[in-house]
Amino acid sequence: MSTEQLHRIRLQVNGVAHEVEVPARRLLSDALRHDLGLTGTHVGCEHGVCGACTILVDGTPMRSCLMFAVSAADSELTTVEGLANADGTLGPVQQAFRECHGLQCGFCTPGFLTTITAGIKENPSPSEDEAREMIAGNLCRCTGYQNIVKAVCRAAELAATHSGEADQ
Amino acid sequence: MKPAPFDYVRPRTLDEAVQALAGRPEAKVLAGGQSLVPLLSMRLAAPSLLVDINALPDLDHVRVDETGVRIGALARHARVLADPEVRRVQPLVSLALANVAHPTIRNRGTTVGSLVHADAAAEMPMVLRLLEGSVDVAGPSGRRTIEAADLYVGPLESSLHHDEIAVEAFFPTLPARTGVAFEEISRRHGDYAMCGVAALVTLDGGGAVSRVRAGYLSASDVPAVVDLTEPLAGGITPASLEQAAAVALTQLDPETDIHATAAYRAHLVEVLTARVVTAAYQNASEHTHQSTQE
Repeated sequence: MSTEQLHRIRLQVNGVAHEVEVPARRLLSDALRHDLGLTGTHVGCEHGVCGACTILVDGTPMRSCLMFAVSAADSELTTVEGLANADGTLGPVQQAFRECHGLQCGFCTPGFLTTITAGIKENPSPSEDEAREMIAGNLCRCTGYQNIVKAVCRAAELAATHSGEADQ
Repeated sequence: MKPAPFDYVRPRTLDEAVQALAGRPEAKVLAGGQSLVPLLSMRLAAPSLLVDINALPDLDHVRVDETGVRIGALARHARVLADPEVRRVQPLVSLALANVAHPTIRNRGTTVGSLVHADAAAEMPMVLRLLEGSVDVAGPSGRRTIEAADLYVGPLESSLHHDEIAVEAFFPTLPARTGVAFEEISRRHGDYAMCGVAALVTLDGGGAVSRVRAGYLSASDVPAVVDLTEPLAGGITPASLEQAAAVALTQLDPETDIHATAAYRAHLVEVLTARVVTAAYQNASEHTHQSTQE
């Protein structure tokens, strides 16, 4: 078998630029995990159904298992590792998950955290129905959805307080 | 599973993209990739070359005027769905887009990509056919327009040539005194629908039904449109709706798969035809009423 052509690309992840050489078929989820060692992004179904691999591409949630790394070279990526506050404390969505017991085994959690981070930016005070709609594309096989819905609403409160403090 | 190896190019101009496809009948165009990447990962498809059009300039537009909506090849579903002008000029596009997968998929997937992926279970190909829209494609001999009626030739098969790229879709606005509705039924939120129906109902000046057409997804192997004017011209009644669904079923071919039996799908065609045609009729009556008041 002939050697597969490699592409040298620059991936901008959580504010840090990484140079990697990958074959074109390298899924973005695999590039993050295997090439960059950012194993916070989880791979569940690997065909776009489960949402575990969701990351932010230029601030918008997308499935990293449905993108190729070579196709992401022009974008600013945020993974679950980039959601903590600058001082290392938990970001508002992470804090809300802790307070509301929003995770059990934790496998699906990175995809929920990224999805909700973008979701409460778009809708800073979601109703319970809107919270459910926000996370409808993510599966939790521990089925801990009730507490995840609570965490969405709590995260919105925390984010509002946080930005209120930042304004002062 | 992981995709099989493929060559990859990311052209910066449309001409380069078209040239890259020349002489490579096994090549595929990559836009949003939300249908294509799973096919590659599951090795249901193994193109020798991917032409990634995401770096092409000037293709992410959504232009609306009184003739209809023009959507560029790189406009994501989410962007089209969020556009209030699209909703005003062609509400059926917005109604259907809200049913396309999940928001996260709509953030990456493109409307034009969905149209030329030509899945009979998808919303937008059926809507393009029902609205009698078209797709503009660029190829080695320039641009041409393919009418929706000529676009879908078989399961997951469009009439684009292998060296052509879809660059823009056109969804015309509604005729006067016309109402629309859309509904689909799926096992789970965001899943492919077991059956979906969209309808256009046009009234005459006196408020009587003058034209009814309905589009069906997951009810045949290509996106299907059926003219229901004849059974419904005398009025929308339980009996005429039943008759309309029977007419629709003569032109559809629902199949059995793991999600639903053919008989259940046929039942959904009956139920949804009645619901959606009724809703489109009410929508048309509201429009007509409003325009008489203006």
